[in-house]
This record gives sequence, C-alpha cells and structure tokens, in this order.
Amino acid sequence: MIIPCPWCGDRDHSEFRYGGDATKDRPKHGTGDLKEWHDYYFLFDNPKGPHTEYWQHVLGCRRWFRLSRNIATNEIGGLA
Amino acid sequence: MKRFRRLAADGRIDRARPVGARFDGKPLQGFAGDTLASALLANNKVLVARSFKYHRPRGIVSAGIEEPNGLFTLGEDATTEPNVAATVTDLYDGLIARSQNAWPSPDFDLMSVNSLLSPLFQSGFYYKTFMGPFKGSWMFYEPFIRRAAGLGTATDLPDPDRYETRYEFCDVLVIGSGPAGLAAALTAGRSGARVILAEQDSDFGGSLLSGSDAEHEAWRTASVAELQGLDNVKIRTRTTVQGLYDANLAVLVERRDHLKPNARKGQSRQILTSLRAKMIVMATGSIERPMVFSNNDRPGVMLASALRTYANRYAVAPEKRAVIVTNNDSAYDAAVDLAKAGVAVTIADHRATVEASHFARAASHGIAVFPATGIADVEGAKGISRVKLSGAHAVSIDCDVLGMAGGWSPVVHLSSHGGIKPKYDEAIAGFVPGGFAPTQFGAGAMMGVFGLAAAVADGANAGAKAASAAGFGKTRLVYPPEHVTDRTYAILPVWSAPQHGKGKAFVDFQSDVTTKDVKNAHQEGYQSVEHLKRYTTLGMGTDQGKTSNINALALMAEHRGISIPEAGTTTFRPPYAPLTMGAIAGRTVGAHFRPVRRSPLHDWHEKNGATFIDAGLWKRAWYYAWAGNSPETAYVKEMELVRRNVGLSDVSTLGKIDVQGPDAAEFLNRIYVNGFAKLPVGKVRYGVMLNDDGVVIDDGTTARISDTQFYMTTTTAQAGEVMSWLEYLLQCHWTELNVQVASLTDEWAGMAVSGPKAREALKLAFPDIDVSNEALPYMGCRDVVFEGVTLRLLRMSFSGELAYEVHVGADHAIPLWEHILKAAAPLGIRPYGLEALASLRIEKGHVAGLELDHRNTLDDLGLGKMAGKEKDYVGKALRFREDCQSPDRWSLVGLELMEPDKKLRGGSILFAANDEIKGHGRGYITSVTWSTELNKFIALGLFQGGLKHEGEEIVAAFPLRNEQAKLKIVSPHFIDHEGARLNA
Ligand SMILES: [Zn+2]
Repeated sequence: MIIPCPWCGDRDHSEFRYGGDATKDRPKHGTGDLKEWHDYYFLFDNPKGPHTEYWQHVLGCRRWFRLSRNIATNEIGGLA
Repeated sequence: MKRFRRLAADGRIDRARPVGARFDGKPLQGFAGDTLASALLANNKVLVARSFKYHRPRGIVSAGIEEPNGLFTLGEDATTEPNVAATVTDLYDGLIARSQNAWPSPDFDLMSVNSLLSPLFQSGFYYKTFMGPFKGSWMFYEPFIRRAAGLGTATDLPDPDRYETRYEFCDVLVIGSGPAGLAAALTAGRSGARVILAEQDSDFGGSLLSGSDAEHEAWRTASVAELQGLDNVKIRTRTTVQGLYDANLAVLVERRDHLKPNARKGQSRQILTSLRAKMIVMATGSIERPMVFSNNDRPGVMLASALRTYANRYAVAPEKRAVIVTNNDSAYDAAVDLAKAGVAVTIADHRATVEASHFARAASHGIAVFPATGIADVEGAKGISRVKLSGAHAVSIDCDVLGMAGGWSPVVHLSSHGGIKPKYDEAIAGFVPGGFAPTQFGAGAMMGVFGLAAAVADGANAGAKAASAAGFGKTRLVYPPEHVTDRTYAILPVWSAPQHGKGKAFVDFQSDVTTKDVKNAHQEGYQSVEHLKRYTTLGMGTDQGKTSNINALALMAEHRGISIPEAGTTTFRPPYAPLTMGAIAGRTVGAHFRPVRRSPLHDWHEKNGATFIDAGLWKRAWYYAWAGNSPETAYVKEMELVRRNVGLSDVSTLGKIDVQGPDAAEFLNRIYVNGFAKLPVGKVRYGVMLNDDGVVIDDGTTARISDTQFYMTTTTAQAGEVMSWLEYLLQCHWTELNVQVASLTDEWAGMAVSGPKAREALKLAFPDIDVSNEALPYMGCRDVVFEGVTLRLLRMSFSGELAYEVHVGADHAIPLWEHILKAAAPLGIRPYGLEALASLRIEKGHVAGLELDHRNTLDDLGLGKMAGKEKDYVGKALRFREDCQSPDRWSLVGLELMEPDKKLRGGSILFAANDEIKGHGRGYITSVTWSTELNKFIALGLFQGGLKHEGEEIVAAFPLRNEQAKLKIVSPHFIDHEGARLNA
C-alpha cells in the first residue's frame, strides 16, 4: 500500500502504524458512563469495503491522521 | 541407447565457448547458451531423476520454468541449493549439479521398491494411514516417509552468498518479452515513459527463441536493439516477477548465478526488487500441457514444444524417430522443425478432421499423420522404446521420444494475485484472466491470443494504453514482421483418453498423482478443487502444478458430470516460481537482522568489562567483570555494592519525553491515574498510565522543570508505545490542549547513583553543587550546570536505597560517567549492570515490564490506592467494569522460597498447596532473584486472589525440568517498608 501522509505525501505503508477504527467519537474526557466507554472501546463494525481508520506516520513525521481504506482490496480512498 | 544428439550447426549456443560443468561427480560438457537441461540431453542423459513417491524413472519434460521432473541439487556444502529446475539453470563453468531422490543413482535406484508398494502411496495415503490405525502411527512412519518420498535436501550451513534487496519505480512494467511483451515495451518506451521489461529467461524473445524463422528473428533482434537504445527503458533478463501486490507493487527476483558472483567482492548472487509501477502490462505467455495416458511419464516423453525448443534453440534433437501426439495445430510447427533436423516424425492427432493444409505441410517434410489417433501405452523400462497408438491407427511405433501437444494454458498467475479469479474460455480450452485492475493490462498468449501477428498487435495496443494511462499519450505503435500469417489453433480438448494401457497415467508428474488418484478423491467425496489439491497433493510441488492443474480440474469435472468453469480453479498465490530464502532475506541477516540500539555509554561498558544482554533492540550492560565472571555470582556482588555502599548504573535506555505547553500539567493529569496538576516545580512524581480499557500500559516518573515544561521517563520496553499514545491523544482527540511532546530517549543519557553513600558520591563529584537533603529532598529535581554542561539531577530510587539519577546530553555521557567514578573512587563506587538493577527492584517490590504485561489492572498490581478518587483519568470508567473487579483476579504477590536447597525459576506455574500439579495453575512467577538482604530466593508473581492469601504456603512447578518448590506468599515489599532509606 501507498499511504498519503498529510504532511509528507505518498509513502510506503511500512513507514506507518495502524491505529484502529476512526469512525467512532471518543467519549468526552471525564465521561464516567460505563456503557458509553464499553461501546466505544469494545464494539466495532467489520465492514467488507471502505473503512475509515487511524494511521500514524510513525517512521516519518509522526503525524496521526484519518484514512479511508478499502478493507477488502486495500484501495486507498484518501484522507478522511 | 542413444535418444538425443547435438546438431552440427545452428542453435543459439556459442560453439566457440565450450563450458565444463559437473553432473553427479562426472564432467558434463556443453556450450555457452546451454541450460543444464539442454546439456544433459545433448549428452544423451535422458533418465535423470526419480519420482517423488514411486521412484519411477523420469526425464526432462519441458524447456522452461514449468519443469516438473528435472530438478537437481546445485552447488556443494554451504552453497547447496536443492530442487532447482535444470530447464532454467544456465550452464556455466564450474556448475555442480547432483540428481535427487535416488540412491545410489537415478539409473539404479534402490528406492524404486516404492513402485511395488504403490498402493500405499495413493491419494489420501497420508491422511488415512497415518491418522490410524493406532495412536502414534505418524510418529512411527514419519522417518520412513521422509526418507523415501521427497526431493532434495537443503544444507544447514550458513549461506556464504550475498543477496541484495532494493526499491525501484517506473511508469510501465512489462512482464515477459515474447512477441506481445516486446511490442508492449517498445510501444510504451517510444512514448517516453520509464519502462522496465522483466524477462525470466536468459534472453529476450519468449516463443521467438524457440522458432526457426529468419524474418521473426530479425524482428526480435531489431526490437531488442531499439529497446536497448532507449534511455528511458531498462530491460532485464533472468528476472522473474514473483508476485504482484497492492498498489502495483511487483516483486522481481534477478538470478546472477551464471556470473559466479563473489560475495567477498561485494557481488550479489540474487537481487530482489520491490518495484512500484504506475502501470503493469502482463505478457506472460502460455505453457504447453502434457496429455494423460498410460505410462506418460517414461523418460523421453516430453512436451512437443520443448522438443522444438531443444532442436531450434539448443541444437539438440532426437536421435532418429519421434512420435507427436496432439489435439491442436501447434504440434505441426514442432513436427516440421524436428523433421528439418533429420528426425523421422509421426503425428498421432486426436482430431478426426485436420485441416488439409497441415496434411500437405506435413507430407512435404515426410511426416506421417494419423488422424483420430491417440496413445494407448508407452513401453520401455528406463526410457521410451515404443509407442502403442490407439484409435483409427492402432499400430506400434519404435521411437526415441514422444512429444505431447495437449494445448496451451495461458499463464494467468500474476493476473490473479490481486484476487481476481481466472475465467474459462471455451474457444481455447483454457483459463484466461478474469479481469484486471485499472492499472493493469494483459496481452498476447496469456489472454488466449495465440499467433505472432496477433500477439504483437495485442502487445502494442496494451503498451500504448498503459503508457497513456501513466501520462504518456503520444507514441508510435509497433508492428509485426511483414510476412506473418498466424496459423490456426483448432484445439479439441481430450481430457481423459480411453484407458488402453495398464500403466499409471500421470496427471501431476512432480507429485506423482495419477488419474486413479483423482478418481479416488472423487469417490471419497473430495469434490472441490481445493480439496482435490490437498487430498492428492496435486499441484503442491515446486512447479505448483503449472502443467498439471487444468488436466486434473478437467478430470474432476468429468467425474462430477459438470463443466470445467463449474468446477472452478484453485487460487494462485505468490511466489510464481521457487525462490531462495536468501533473496527474501537480502542483507537482513546476521548482525543486520534487526537494528541494534546502543546506549551513549556503550563504548565505556565495552572497554570496562561489561557483558551485554539483549533487551528488545538494546544492548545493555548485564554485569561487570569486577564483580565476577558469571551472571549468577556477579549480580549478587553488585547488589551488595548498592545496598551497602554506592554503585553507578546506566539507565539511558529509559524512554525520555519532553512535554511542553501551557496545558502540559492538565495533559499529564489526564493520562496518569494520579494527580499531576499540582506537582510543584522542582518535584518528581511516580505515575501510572492506563489504556482506555483500564489496563496498565506503563509506569514511570515525571519531573516538573517549569510551569509549562515536564520531563517524563517511561520503561525501556514501552518508550515507543507511550510516545505514540501521547501523540494519538493530542493529535486525534484532545486538540483543545496546547501541548507538544518530543522524544529525548536518544538525545539524553541517564545514570543512577544508588546506595547509602550516594550523596557522598555526588558531593565528591560536584563539590560546588548543594545536594543536601534540604536542597534536593526525596523526589526533588534540579537542573544544574557543571563545567558548562547542564545536568538534570533527580532524586528518586528504583532500588529502594538513597539514590539519584543524573541525566545529561548524550555527548557528555562518557566524560560525566568517568568523572563520577573517579571523584567517588575513595568511597569504592563501581558500575552495576541490568541484572543487579532488576534484582534490587524485585527486593523493593517495584513492578516492571514483566509485571506490566498489558493484562493487569491497577488493583492487580496493588496500585489501586494511587488513583485519584475525584480526578478524571484515562481508563477510569472501564477500570471499574465487573471483570476488573473480580476478587479472584491474578494479582501481585511477593514470594519467598521455603526450601533453601532448591532454586526458583521465572515462569514457574503456581498452585495452591493441595492442588493437583496440572494445567495452568493459579498464577505464575514473573520475576525471581536471590535476595542479599534476606539470604534466600524471592520472587514477584501473579496469584489468584493475590494478597488475600498472604502467609499461605503454595507450590511453584516448573514442568520443563520436573521441579517443584514450596513458597510462602508475602508482601511484595521485601525491604524497608517505612522508606527510611529513601528519605535518608
Ligand atoms: Zn509524514
């Protein structure tokens, strides 16, 4: 895969780390609601097709960003 | 019996350059341009191998990468490489080849007794026989099977050759240099696009190299010359595209064995290239199929196209007589070329009607054609002697070779690496690509487009499209030679000829799979092609079924009464052809296997008697020679130094993170479970971080340097993870916080001065700096300047003793370290290593990486009271979920060995006193040390229910050594409960 880092441009995927599902909103800091945190942390969709994920350019500029990637084909849809 | 001879003239061999190789210990002569296979045939070596299971005599079948039989072990000793196809091995001076799977030789093979045991080796044999009849059957039979069935043996010596990996980029990659590939590369090259043409053969031209037409040859040489003249085009021989991956990543492996590369001179034997191509044109050609009949594996039974290649390209022809069996028109080219070489040829054509022009062409070369005729059987013990025909002309013919022209299978492998399944094309009776990604194109025979003119047109078209898609719209098309009329193909597939002979009819030569095996598989209910493959081992050899898959598929479809497309095909995965582990590894071997991290003090340790140990990527000083020569004794002496005097230890590997910004205090207050908002400037605090799910990620200390600047340390192991986690929270979620983080792990060194005399040591080292208890109390920190260099003094302790850490820029690490050692020498200060460091912390009951294994909660580690009740912190909500609150969780305990004559081992499984010693127990030991304070082995561990069981006696079992020992559960804080030493 070639991943478009918003800062460095197109780079090989081996420079990046995967950071998980980026489709959900993190509960506000301080929210004590167990169910809200449970759903956020443990429940995920596993769509066959386009998905939005967090990636970090960990061996580059260290920027975190949201990326659209097709899980079935690895086609990169661009920054999300 | 002589079956092959070298022709007196012609061929693409260089007769002025004789080549001497060795085969099975004897000289083998050939010429430059020969392959090992053509040299063997030229020397009339026809029986050259024994088959995988039955040890049947086998000869070379093909002239290409699809070769199922002609596999040899090349090289010797450390350079031994087994299972290399002779058909793709250049003959060069000094080449050493040995036959395989035969003892003492292929010609006289004692293992051929397996032939008599053949009922044992039928499909499903492994599964049925070795899963029963009694328990342990496989263990009993395995050594026999491993010896009797198999291919070559790899060496276990280190590979002395050098391999290279590299990255490359281009606009258009063209795979294959047959007529279509040459046309594609040239058309794309003329546009100005950066083109790479990869050819697996030793020369460009594909099928053109096997022909005999002068005009075709002129077209080939002109095309190659033009490509060579284009600066934007790179053309590579002996380069196999092994796989296509996401985003047009192609993996190419170039073989340079024929150059006899010398690793000592920095020359690489093979080069693996990861190539990013904007566009890819596949022109991978097609492979001829064998036909299935009784004894079709006798040496001398070969592909018809291979006979033609050997005659035209290598000037090696059958001695006198050849029979060719066919179901299509392509056989007539082979027959005519053999006839031109002086071979008497008979064609057995399965088709009842053959176009008149073929009859006429055959007749003009003295070739007899028998329509509606097939093969009944092949005779000859160690090689073909006679062919019995069946059908309309059921006669017997004495001959040297039998050529099989079973039709052509497009090489669709690469087109399906991306997941697009091939589709069946009735017109050519073969699978063609099922489609292409928008950045990929196919041309020529791999698309089922046979014939020179058609292939060139198809290739030129694909090359133009690819160049245009890559942004190079203007080009000139390439045209075929002028006087080409493509002959017809007219295939009539005959998948299973009626069985006349009693011999085995092989579907897969390399895996020794017969028609009977396919039938058995069907009868046993293995109907899917994927099951057929696994049950019979069909297509699972080094050739991956390149010649056998479609025949097997067709047979299975017939058994099931369905069509071939309904039966489907198996999945093609990389690599396309066998490749060496060396090529994959490249230069990431030995010391280059993974990066090595060295502390800024590494050189000092090395010069001063340190023994190193790997800790992740780090090389850490384990213990020093002053304390002893074995870790078991040295660390105890180093511990005593710290407990009674003062020692100096390198802690530079700790993660070090600079946290700055107006919201830095708020940020730290969120990520640590304990409060950091009100940490005063000049103070250090121990902190613990949780993940969102309430599990402990890491611990460490953070010092407040100013209102807006903090200095964080993490454990060595988690430094990278913590850094990424902080960046994630700041960049993705808490964008309202104005905080910057920067890693200082490599920029700063750290050294711990520990022991009751630590303060005295610092006083001696820094006489002008006030390090009194008042100026630098426990958990205090101060930046000071010493000889113009900023030092960060932090009074904190990992060992439980009075201790300080001195942090300094990495460049100043060694001078500072040496200065402290020298200044404090009168006190007896000495360095201590990782083993002592780790043991001291166990005595103090400090958790570390072995306990912080990302499965434990704060409460599991006895740290629950640290968490702020009122404040919010990451992981707070889920920390209180039901599972994390269970009283039976495995939690931290201290352990003391009750049996002084025994030894404790890390990883031991813990059981209650009355438990049966079986299974996973109730916990395990995480860290063990000899305690110099208590004079016994002590440990930290996780035990079900934790300190609820304080005072109880339990059992530690180490099943690998069949050891058991009695322990007592105690507080994990073995020394100085009141902290008197820390505050001294
Ligand atoms: Zn970047």
